Amino acid sequence: MSTARFRQSRPMQSVGRGSGEQRATEMSDANEKMRAEGLRLYFGKFAAIKGVTLPIVAEKVTAIIGPSGCGKSTFIRSLNRMHELVPGANIEGRVLLDGADIYAPGMDPVRLRRRVGMVFQKPNPFPTMSIRENVLAGLRLNRIPFGDAHDVAERVLKKVALWDEVKDVLDRSGASLSGGQQQRLCIARAIALEPEVLLMDEPCSALDPIATAKVEELIHELADRYTIAIVTHSMQQAARVSDYTAFFYLGELVEYSDTNSLFTKPNDSRTEDYITGRFG
Amino acid sequence: MAYLQRKAVDYLARGLCVTATVVAIIPLVSVLYYVARAGVGGLSWDFFTNLPAPVGETGGGMKNAIVGTLILVGLACSFGIPLGVLAGIYLSEFGDSKFGRAVRFAADVMSGVPSIAVGIFAYTLIVLSMRRFSALAGGFALGVLMLPTITRTTEELLRLVPATLREAALALGVPKWKVILRIVLVTAAPGIATGVMLAVARVAGETAPLLFTALGTRLWSTALDQPIGALSVQIYTYAVSGYDDWHRQASAAALVLVALVLVLNIGARITFRARGESR
Amino acid sequence: MKKHTDREYEMELEQLREHLLLMGAKVEEMIKSSIRALIARDSVLAQRMIEFDHQINRLEVDTDEHCLRVLAKRQPVASDLRFITMALKLVTDLERIGDIGVNICERVLELNEEPPLGKTDASIQVMAEAAEGMVHDALDAFVQGDVERAQQVIARDKIVNDMYTQMFRALLTYMMEDPRNIYRATRVQSIGKYLERIGDHATNLAEMVVFMVKGKDIRHPASREGAAKSTRS
Repeated sequence: MSTARFRQSRPMQSVGRGSGEQRATEMSDANEKMRAEGLRLYFGKFAAIKGVTLPIVAEKVTAIIGPSGCGKSTFIRSLNRMHELVPGANIEGRVLLDGADIYAPGMDPVRLRRRVGMVFQKPNPFPTMSIRENVLAGLRLNRIPFGDAHDVAERVLKKVALWDEVKDVLDRSGASLSGGQQQRLCIARAIALEPEVLLMDEPCSALDPIATAKVEELIHELADRYTIAIVTHSMQQAARVSDYTAFFYLGELVEYSDTNSLFTKPNDSRTEDYITGRFG
Repeated sequence: MAYLQRKAVDYLARGLCVTATVVAIIPLVSVLYYVARAGVGGLSWDFFTNLPAPVGETGGGMKNAIVGTLILVGLACSFGIPLGVLAGIYLSEFGDSKFGRAVRFAADVMSGVPSIAVGIFAYTLIVLSMRRFSALAGGFALGVLMLPTITRTTEELLRLVPATLREAALALGVPKWKVILRIVLVTAAPGIATGVMLAVARVAGETAPLLFTALGTRLWSTALDQPIGALSVQIYTYAVSGYDDWHRQASAAALVLVALVLVLNIGARITFRARGESR
Repeated sequence: MKKHTDREYEMELEQLREHLLLMGAKVEEMIKSSIRALIARDSVLAQRMIEFDHQINRLEVDTDEHCLRVLAKRQPVASDLRFITMALKLVTDLERIGDIGVNICERVLELNEEPPLGKTDASIQVMAEAAEGMVHDALDAFVQGDVERAQQVIARDKIVNDMYTQMFRALLTYMMEDPRNIYRATRVQSIGKYLERIGDHATNLAEMVVFMVKGKDIRHPASREGAAKSTRS
């Protein structure tokens, strides 16, 4: 009986070739809400993003994965010009929102951020405001008329499935909720402004599994109306919530594909290595 | 064996710390006790409602000095608080430049400048140009003394506001100035209020700078361009005099001043803790 | 290719590979021995092989359990996912081949009571070698990740099918010549059928290897075409 042959066994190869940029351009027949073209981002001399071309498809969820330091957080912040908060940041290339470059000279970053909202890793409700005030904060601070405060708060909190849990305590401080509830409150605050795009930077990293599941459920529901881009370090989460996935490595876009393909038969060996845990 | 040894050393160290604490508190307690004992006799309704009696006569009160102190502190606040808070905002939001570092250094140095030197500064700037001693000059001097404390406190507290809060507000499309005013400042407000109260407490008892700015007077005056009485100056004047009655009044005034400072400090503590609990 | 950062994971996959290859080796042994039992008229060997199937079945159970554990623990993706899901299927096909081997041995036991029927022994041997060769090469292709080899195996299925058709005609002739041949002829025909099915299972193994390596599912091309046509219309 020959069991010696297993010593010669050669492991699986990865499937095909083709750069991430190529595929990203090929797949652009889908309806694009935003699009990065030749994006380069420097912090001083350090190139955090080295030439990325990537579409964000409208009313779908795009996940961005990659190891630490690969530029995924930096990239998503460049979609609403939040990276400009860091001194010494400068940018080349274009980012298009509905076809218009958001970095064009006349474009106001403040107005941009009302169209492209953001939710952060650590839930950050305003501690001096009540739950209701938190939900309405974006509207109030921007002097956007919104009709009846209570109705608006109820509508938005229902959208994030938080209404039943907080409807009796709307006047309590925003910081008095649990972590998962706080994060949903922050999402509510962001969507109260009716943005067109919602960016999420590792929104579930600080949450326990049940809260994570609730937020993921929420993302599914929101995806019908909003375009969502989510950065996550959990590949399982990317596989669960997204329609398209982009893999970043060392500031470059290595592969972009629909999620099913990327997780069953990725094209690039680096993607294969990362998602199967062969890194490092 | 080693365990018992460690326990013994632990008790010894703890005993030393407690002793040191007690020793450190003794001066505070004795001051309070002495002032209370000496001053409580001079307290009366008259003390608060009467003007000083002519020299040589007994009786009379310190109404003018009490009101004067309040006016001077009020002037100092109206000058020191807005300027200090704004400087603090500048330092925390934009102060990572060379200029910011220079301002910060200047504020730190200023908090160590002797109060009499500040008085001379106010004298040169205001008294000489107005050619008279005035409440304005005194208030200005006190305001300058408050400035570094308020600036640094504001800056520290604003920096304590987490960057995530600012990011959240900016991500809602709120312009930076509004973020600072409506979010950051509001969040830090209780702490800043505490800092202000402590600065006021410090300044209420200052004597040296007032000596040649507000000058002090035993007459009733609330005009801002005239010399004005102050509790601290009055205490000095009465204490170095030869009249027993005045000595008593000085002690009473000292008690009132100490009580004022104590109330302000305790108030500051309560506000700060109350804010901490509501989080 | 790089190894998994988690060495334990790497070891678990290695163990899975070993299980599969062990099972494959036993299955090959089963086929070879059952035919040897026919040619050499060795009923003891045939009986032993019938017992031998238990080992193959145990390996199927163990390997299935192992796969489930890895799936639950590691949530594999991409190539690992293809490997493990295919391993589950490979194991099923291998176990079936083992059962077919048992069936062959049962027929062998019956045939060994009788004198051999013409030249049928020789043609059975040729067919058995072809079928067993397909299994062997499919497993080799799996080990090497060799897609071409796998595709050659798939092509050889036709040869085995043709051999069966020829043998069937010859057996019909025998049966028509002399009714006393019918008992033996039907047993031989059964064995031929079993060998043809082993060829089919080997083809399945080869198709799985292609999917594992290339991520392309090449099974049932005819059905796919039908489905594609109907979605287009």
